[in-house]
Amino acid sequence: MIKHASLSLALAIGCLSTTAFAAENPIATRKAIMKSVGAAAGAGGGMLKGEIPFNPAVANLALRTMNAAAHSVGDYFPEDSKTGMETEASPKIWEDMAGFSEKLAKFKADSDAAAASKPADLDSFKAAFGSVVQNCKGCHEGYRVKKN
Amino acid sequence: MRRLFAAFLILVICGGAGFWFLTAPQISPNSLPGTQGDPVNGERMFLAGGCSSCHAAPGAKGDDKLKLGGGLELKTPFGIFRVPNISPDPQTGIGGWSTRDFVNAMRDGVSPDNRHYYPAFPYASYARMKSGDLIDMKAYLDTLPAVSNQVAGHDLPFPFSVRRGLGLWKRLYLNNSPAIELATSNAEVLRGQYLVEGAGHCGECHTSRNLIGGPRLDQWLAGAPNPEGKGVIPNVTPGPEGLADWKISDIVYYFESGFRPDFDSVGGSMVSVQENMAKLPPEDRQAIAAYLKAVPALADAHEKPKK
Repeated sequence: MIKHASLSLALAIGCLSTTAFAAENPIATRKAIMKSVGAAAGAGGGMLKGEIPFNPAVANLALRTMNAAAHSVGDYFPEDSKTGMETEASPKIWEDMAGFSEKLAKFKADSDAAAASKPADLDSFKAAFGSVVQNCKGCHEGYRVKKN
Repeated sequence: MRRLFAAFLILVICGGAGFWFLTAPQISPNSLPGTQGDPVNGERMFLAGGCSSCHAAPGAKGDDKLKLGGGLELKTPFGIFRVPNISPDPQTGIGGWSTRDFVNAMRDGVSPDNRHYYPAFPYASYARMKSGDLIDMKAYLDTLPAVSNQVAGHDLPFPFSVRRGLGLWKRLYLNNSPAIELATSNAEVLRGQYLVEGAGHCGECHTSRNLIGGPRLDQWLAGAPNPEGKGVIPNVTPGPEGLADWKISDIVYYFESGFRPDFDSVGGSMVSVQENMAKLPPEDRQAIAAYLKAVPALADAHEKPKK
């Protein structure tokens, strides 16, 4: 009897943890990741525009944030997340998953290289940052639909 | 009965003659200055106009953007338009055109064989361009590579398939007056107006249209449904749903870098527009930004899409 109860309990916990592990809300997750990229672009862009003084720690933070996003965001576009929550993801993502994955792979490669370069001055940051952020519009050109 | 038939026949003939008369392709009579075109200024106009966004092969990047062989299909509510070859190829492009032919096409929407062009080719905007700038643009186009590519015709249902009918549309919407009256003599704002309303043809997408495709000038730049079907083209007036929170320097930076003030990035068809704008001289970006902050502030003209 006790064995039986503990088995049920184990099963119940197993089920709970599985549901908790699979992204409960991929749209919210990918939006949060994209917002973090926007914030990183804001910090980096601010330094390029001269609105924020250059700081290598901030530069590293911006590039590492983008790099982490490049490695993770692609996991949050499952088939059942095409609509809802005012998503701006274009249906083209699922129609042309190969093209979309290619864009993500480029974002990963460019941000890997930029993060590894650890820019120590504004000029080298400008080059590293520039090579990463061209990926933003590179993907938004074909795979995002603006809704407002 | 015979009399009735005669009356009917006369009516048809008069109606037909009237239609024929009203829809005849018209070319502005003014003569062109006989100056040699300046390809440097021509390139500036070419970039402001974003010619390559439609006339280069779809998805072209870098130097391929200068190969204007056409072929892009524009799927619109009026039917499918196929973008023509405007490279200097004499057989399949516009290599055989005179400067006069080019100006007639750009400003009057009339082809060298005296037929109307459909306004998917935004001549209703280009009509506001100066002759000198058009001559320069032709001189620049002549320097680009010839591409041999025969583009098929448009696929349009009746009545849009009747090209002659465009004469009526032109009577309503084709003229060279400014889209909006600005009470200013500020040279920068006026330069911006010239670039935005003319070569830039920004209003073609950012201004909504009525049922027969005429621009709603009282809703100038207040946004529109996306002609490509999904999403919206944003309101770019200084209204609260538009660029109210953007400083002139924010608009300039957007054209330079592709980043909005919130560091979201440019997307969709605007990417190639932004990349062209980034190649313009800085004073032109500044002028466009100054104009966008000077137009009437309006609420969104389009409905928000369903969520």
